[in-house]
Amino acid sequence: MLGKLTWAAIPFNEPLPLISMAVVLIVILAVLGLITVKGWWPYLWREWITSVDHKRIGVMYVILGLVMLLRGYSDAIMMRTQQAIAVGDAQGYLPPDHYNQIFSAHGVIMIFFVAMPLVIGLMNFAVPLQLGVRDVAFPVLNSVSFWLTATGALLVNVSLVIGNFARTSWWNYPPLSELAFSPDVGVDYYLWPVQISGIGTLLTGVNFVTTILKLRAPGMTYFRMPVFCWTALATNLMIVAAFPVLTATFMMLLLDRYLGMHFFTNDAGGNQMMYVSLFWVWGHPEVYILVLPAFGVFSEVVATFSGKGLFSYRSMVWATLGICVLSLMVWLHHFFTMGAGADVNAFFGIMSSIIAVPTGVKVFNWLFTMFRGRVVFTTPMLFAVGFIVTFVIGGLTGVLLAVPPVNFVVHNSAFLVAHFHNVIIGGVVFGALAGINYWFPKAFGFTLDDRLGKASFWCWLIGFWLAFAPLYVLGLMGMTRRLQHIADPSWQPLLLVAEVGAIVIFCGVLCQIAQLYVSIRTREQRRDVTGDPWNGRTLEWLTSSPPPAYNFAALPKVESIDAFWQMKRKGRAPVKPTYEAIELPHNSPAGFVTAFFATVLGFALIWHIWWLAILNFVAAIIVVLIAGWSIEREEEISASEIAQMEQAR
Amino acid sequence: MNNPEHVFDDRTPGVEEHEPTASYLSYTVGLGLAIIATIASFIVAQTNLLWPPGIPVGLIVLALAQIGVHLVFFLHLGSGPDSTNNILALAFGVLVVFLVIAGSVWIIANLNSNMIMPMPTQ
Amino acid sequence: MTIAATLDRPLIGVPTELARGRGGGGPAPKRIVVAYGFWIFILSDMIMFSALFAAYAVLSGNTAGGPTGADLFNLRNVFIETMCLLLSSYTCGIGVLSAERGRPTLFLVFAIFTFALGAAFLFIEATEFAGMVAKGAGPSRSAFLSSFFTLVGTHGVHVASGLVALVYLVAQVIVHGLQPAVLRRLLCWSLFWHALDIVWVGVFTLVYLMGGQL
Repeated sequence: MLGKLTWAAIPFNEPLPLISMAVVLIVILAVLGLITVKGWWPYLWREWITSVDHKRIGVMYVILGLVMLLRGYSDAIMMRTQQAIAVGDAQGYLPPDHYNQIFSAHGVIMIFFVAMPLVIGLMNFAVPLQLGVRDVAFPVLNSVSFWLTATGALLVNVSLVIGNFARTSWWNYPPLSELAFSPDVGVDYYLWPVQISGIGTLLTGVNFVTTILKLRAPGMTYFRMPVFCWTALATNLMIVAAFPVLTATFMMLLLDRYLGMHFFTNDAGGNQMMYVSLFWVWGHPEVYILVLPAFGVFSEVVATFSGKGLFSYRSMVWATLGICVLSLMVWLHHFFTMGAGADVNAFFGIMSSIIAVPTGVKVFNWLFTMFRGRVVFTTPMLFAVGFIVTFVIGGLTGVLLAVPPVNFVVHNSAFLVAHFHNVIIGGVVFGALAGINYWFPKAFGFTLDDRLGKASFWCWLIGFWLAFAPLYVLGLMGMTRRLQHIADPSWQPLLLVAEVGAIVIFCGVLCQIAQLYVSIRTREQRRDVTGDPWNGRTLEWLTSSPPPAYNFAALPKVESIDAFWQMKRKGRAPVKPTYEAIELPHNSPAGFVTAFFATVLGFALIWHIWWLAILNFVAAIIVVLIAGWSIEREEEISASEIAQMEQAR
Repeated sequence: MNNPEHVFDDRTPGVEEHEPTASYLSYTVGLGLAIIATIASFIVAQTNLLWPPGIPVGLIVLALAQIGVHLVFFLHLGSGPDSTNNILALAFGVLVVFLVIAGSVWIIANLNSNMIMPMPTQ
Repeated sequence: MTIAATLDRPLIGVPTELARGRGGGGPAPKRIVVAYGFWIFILSDMIMFSALFAAYAVLSGNTAGGPTGADLFNLRNVFIETMCLLLSSYTCGIGVLSAERGRPTLFLVFAIFTFALGAAFLFIEATEFAGMVAKGAGPSRSAFLSSFFTLVGTHGVHVASGLVALVYLVAQVIVHGLQPAVLRRLLCWSLFWHALDIVWVGVFTLVYLMGGQL
C-alpha cells in the first residue's frame, strides 16, 4: 500500500537531522501561519504563485536560490567542522554514513538548487527588459519551469526528514549507485528531483533561445543586443544541448534500478564508464551554463560603473559563442585518470586549454573597459573587481588541471575542490550577488543598503580565500577530497584556517540578511524615482522601478548598442506618444498545480508507491491537457489605462 | 507576393507559403523519394548488391539522404536567408548529436582497448 | 547564407527595419515564435535520442552470452513498420496542409489515416517486444537488450504520446474550429510527427539493418 515507506524512514534515533527537521518545520509553519493571519493568501496566489510575469518568476527563482544557499551552506560548515576536528584519534561528530550524505547533498543542492535558480532568475528578470519586450516567448511555460525546479528542491529536502539522501557524491556514479550497492531510497532521492527539475530547466532553455532570437524591440539586431543577452543566449543554447543528455543518462540509471536493466551494472555487460562519459557530456556545459550569465552580469556592471561602453563588444560576443561551442568538446577532462589512452587525453587536454582563451579575452575586455573610465565602487562593482582577481586565479588552476600529467597528480584531491569552488564562488556566486544588488532597485523600487552590501562583499572575499587557499596547499600535500577523517595531524592547522574562512563567509551571509532587513525598513530613503539609479546604459533602466506588468507602454525603437545610453545622450522626444491597447497573458495556476502533482509523483516513485505515482502522473497530464485547451489566454489593458499608468510615473 | 517585406519575412520549419499545388506536390515527391531510399536500404542490407565491407557506409548515406528528404520536403527547411535561424539551430543540433555519439564511441572504445582483461561479454 | 546576413548591416537594398528574421522588425508574429520554439524543443529531443543511440552503439556488442540482434530481428516486420510510419508522416503533412487551407473535413480524414498508420506501427512493435520477452530476451537479459528496448521503446512511447495528442487536437478542431491557435498547435504536432519519422530512419538503419549484420 505504501511501497517501501515505513515509520523507520523517519530518523527518530539521530538527533542532528531530527532537530534540524524540527527547526525547519517550525519556521515553515510560522511563515505559513503569518501569511494566513495577515490574509495574504489571495495576494500571494494572484500576484506571485500563478503569475506568468517574467519579473515575478525571476524574483521567485532568486528567492529559491538564496533560501537553498542557507541549506547548502549548512552542509558546508558541517563538513568543514568535521574535517577541522576529526584528526588523528579524534573521530569528530559526523559518522561516515552521514558525512557521505552531506557532501552529496551539498553538491546537488548548490549546483541544481542554488546556482541554477540564481542565474536563471537573473536572466528571467533582466533579459526581456533588456531586449525591450513585454515578456518571454512562452510565459506559462516559464511558470511551469519555476515550479518544477521548486519541486526538485522540496523533494531533496524531504530526504532529510523521511528516508536518507544518496551517499554517492553529486555525480552518483555506478556501480555504487546501482541497486546492488545502494538498495535504499537515497539514490532515488537524487535522481527523481533532479530529473523533474531538469525538465523545467530544459523548458527554460527553449523559452529563452526563442525569446532572444525572435522577440526583440524593433531595430535591435543581433549586434545591438546587450552582452548579458548574448551570454543568456549562449547559456540557454547550452541548456538545450546538455540537459537532454542528463535526462537520458538518469533515465538509463533509473531503468537499471527500477526495471532491472543492465546499462551500467557490473554484470550482464553493463559499462560504468558510459555513465561517467555521458554525465560529464552534460556536466561540463553545466558549469559554463552557470558562469556565462555571471560573465554577462559583470559586463553590464563594469560598463555601467565605469561610465564607459564595454570595450570591444564584438570580441565579447564571439568569445561568448566560442565558449558555447567549445564547452561541448572538453568533457573528458573530468576523468583523465579513468583509463583513456594518451591520444584521447591529449585531445581533450588541448581543447580544455583552448577554452581558456575566450575567457581571457573577456577578462582583458573588462579591464580595458575600466581603464580611463570613471569607476564608481558600488557593491556590484566591488564584486566585479573581486571576481576578476578571484576567478582569474581559479581559471589558472583550471588550465593547470587541463594538463593530463598534472591532473594525474591532483585529480580528486583538495586541490581540485579548491579550484572548482574558486571559479564557482568567484564567478557564479559573486556574479549572482552583483546582479542581485544591481537589479534590486529595478525589481522593488528602492536600492539595497550599500554599506552592508560592501561589508558582505569583504566577508565573502576574505572568507572565500581563507576557506579555500589552504585546500590548494593540502591538495598538493596529498589530501584527497571527501574525507570524513584526517589521518595526518600536520594537516590540521590548514583545516582550522579553512574553518575560520567558512565562518567569515557566514558573516557575509549574515550581512546580506541584515542588508535586506535594513534596506526594507529604510526603503523610503532610498526610493528609486527615476527608474535609473545607476545611470545605466541598457533598456531596462528606461522603465519605472518596478516596471509595470507590460514593461514598456510602447516598444522602444533601437538604433545602436547601449540603446538607453544613446537615448539619454540624444535627449528623449518631448512629443507625447500615442498609446495602444496591450494584450497581456492571464495568470495561470498550471505551473503550480502541475508541480504539485510532480512532487507527489516524485515522492511516490522514490518510495515505490505505484498506485500513487500513476494517479499523480495522470493528474499532471490532465492539467497539461486542460491548460492546453483554451484559446483565449490574454486580457487586454486599454490605451486609456496605460496612459493613466504612464502619467503616474 | 514578391515585395521586399515578404522576401525577408521570417520562416519556420513546416510553415506553408506560396502556391497551393507546389506544397501538396512537395509532400508527394518527398514520399516517393523516401520510399525509394527505404527500399534501397533494406535491399543493401540484405543482399550483396553493394560491396559487403561498404554496406555500413551505404546504409548511412541512404539514411542521411532520407533525413534530408524529410527536412526539405516535409519540414520545408530551405536555404534562403529567411531560414537562417532554422538552419543554424539544426546545425547546432547536428553538431551536438555528432559530438555525443562519436565522442562516446571513441572514448569507450579507447577505454575498452586499455582494459587489462578483455571486455567481458558475460 | 552569409555572415553578413546576421550583422546589423542590412542585405543590399533592404533596410534593417524590414529584416524581420534579423530582428529589425520587432517581435516576430506568434506563429513564428511558437513554431521556432517547438523546433528548438524537437532538437533537444533529438539530442536526448542521441544519448540513447550512443549507449546503444557502445553496448550493442554486450550480449552477455544471450541472443544477438541477428537472432532476434525480423526485418520483414521492420520494413512494414517503416512503411507505416513513413506513410503516416505523409498523411500527417497532407492533413495539416489541408487544415491550413481551411478544409476541416479533409484534415479529419487524413488525421484518421495518420492515427491508423501510427497505431499499426505501435501494434507491430508491441508484438515484437512481447515476442522477445517471451523468448527470454527481455530488457534485463543483457546490456545490448537493455539499450535496444530503451532506444526503440522510447521512440515508441513518443509515437504513442503523439497519437494521444492527435486525438486531443482533433477534439480541439471539432470544438474550436480551425482557429489560429489550433492551427499553431497542429503545426507543432506535425513537426513532432515528422521528427519521429526522422528518428526512426536512424533506428531502423543503425539498430535493425546494421545490427542484423552482427
